[in-house]
Amino acid sequence: MLVFGGIALIAIGMIFGDIFAVFILHQNAGEQGAALSRAAQAVADKNPAGVNEAFGHLGALLESRGTKVDAHVHMIGAGYLALLLALVQPYIALSARAKKRLAALFIIGGIFLPVGIFSIHYVGLAYSPFPVIGWASIVADASGALLSVALAGELWGFWRYTRSATDTLTDTPIPDENSWQQRALMSGGTWLILLGFLHGAWYAAVDLYDHEAQEITILGTMLDSAAANNMVSATRQVSNFGNLAGAKAVNIAAHSHIIEFGLLSILLSFIQPFVFLSDKWKGRMVKMLLGGSVILPVFVLLELKWGLVAGGIADLGGLLVIIGLIGMVVGVLRYSGSLDVVEASR
Amino acid sequence: MTSPRRILILGGILLAAFGMLFGLHYAVFVEHQTLDRMGGSLATAFVQAANRDMTQAGTAIDSYAAVKYDYVREVDAHSHWVGLSMILIVLGALFDRVGFSIAVRQTLAWSLLLGSIAFPFGVILQATHHGGRLPSAIAIVGSGLIIAGMSGTALGLARRRSES
Repeated sequence: MLVFGGIALIAIGMIFGDIFAVFILHQNAGEQGAALSRAAQAVADKNPAGVNEAFGHLGALLESRGTKVDAHVHMIGAGYLALLLALVQPYIALSARAKKRLAALFIIGGIFLPVGIFSIHYVGLAYSPFPVIGWASIVADASGALLSVALAGELWGFWRYTRSATDTLTDTPIPDENSWQQRALMSGGTWLILLGFLHGAWYAAVDLYDHEAQEITILGTMLDSAAANNMVSATRQVSNFGNLAGAKAVNIAAHSHIIEFGLLSILLSFIQPFVFLSDKWKGRMVKMLLGGSVILPVFVLLELKWGLVAGGIADLGGLLVIIGLIGMVVGVLRYSGSLDVVEASR
Repeated sequence: MTSPRRILILGGILLAAFGMLFGLHYAVFVEHQTLDRMGGSLATAFVQAANRDMTQAGTAIDSYAAVKYDYVREVDAHSHWVGLSMILIVLGALFDRVGFSIAVRQTLAWSLLLGSIAFPFGVILQATHHGGRLPSAIAIVGSGLIIAGMSGTALGLARRRSES
């Protein structure tokens, strides 16, 4: 349940991320720029009420974007944790029934947490019994509590295992397959994480402080230009502000995605014995996953130079990772199906 | 459980717990107030500019810059502590496959753990001690330790692969 649920959560989270990147992200950035332009125009018109109105709209746009990013990140994060929990099940000293219930709780929490977060922007405070917290936030918080309860239960089981006199595992440990697919995922994942670290260090050393200084300069110039009624210059600064936000976003996205894909590859390497596919198909899925894991962050970075062409290739990279993940989910389903057949024939 | 694995797995779990507690404290007591100040400063800058009070507008922009500088580092420290802890735990699970002696693996494990503690610590110090060189030095040494540990791990895995 944890292996299947974990991979499914990651795959759905990635599909959502791809849809968000293609259909919402760029449009939202454009609307943010328009709202900032309206604020600058209100400055030029000596209209403080217009400024507040523009900033109110900007806040709503940022909430819309932020909740979607959070939903994407939390769904994938819950998927990673589910896979991690699957790895430690042999060390959880609880009954099979209790383990199953904890796994179900975790997966339910992992589904409803991002659904709740996503709905925050749309549900707002409608029919809420509280003055500042809406129903969507309540669903998200309750799902977070479910995840915490499930994790506390797993910790309790681990504590019981460490306190038990015997060293006997409570479940069959995940076998060491030592296939080339497993080794490729393991060592490929390690290299991806290393590349992500190096890119992060490079960004922090070369661009981070420069970007921070540029942002303040642009905002200052934008205000000066608008106050001097020079809307041509103010509009140029709004555009510069958008470009700078884009540069920061692609660097952070490339850094976090390459490390996440590395972590995902290593986690998936452990569950390869449960992927019931032919050697050839297993290999194809691994190649797609690793290939997509390199293509997506590299072309996200290249978006700064190549624009939408690079963005399209990055989305294709994401699609490759999703296909690799779905292939592995099918393999896990076939594995559990084969176990059911063996059980039924007894 | 071998010693390098214990360093990574136990260290990773403790770091995750610390990172999450830090995040919880930050979300409850600091983040909303910081976001309010950040958004408020920017809006104030535009409103003051609309009123043609450019001195107040400049002050508000400076305030926005200072709050954002701290906010970025506080969130970065939290996310890096938790993210790095997950990497430590996962690496702990595979660390016996790294093709080096136990002493080398132990050094790599310590390098990864100490770097994972020090790097975000240096980042958070940048928010509390503006302009100081020590916080940046700690962050740089921390990230160097992580990169060195990760390079060694990647090489060790590749070495085992070529041996097998």
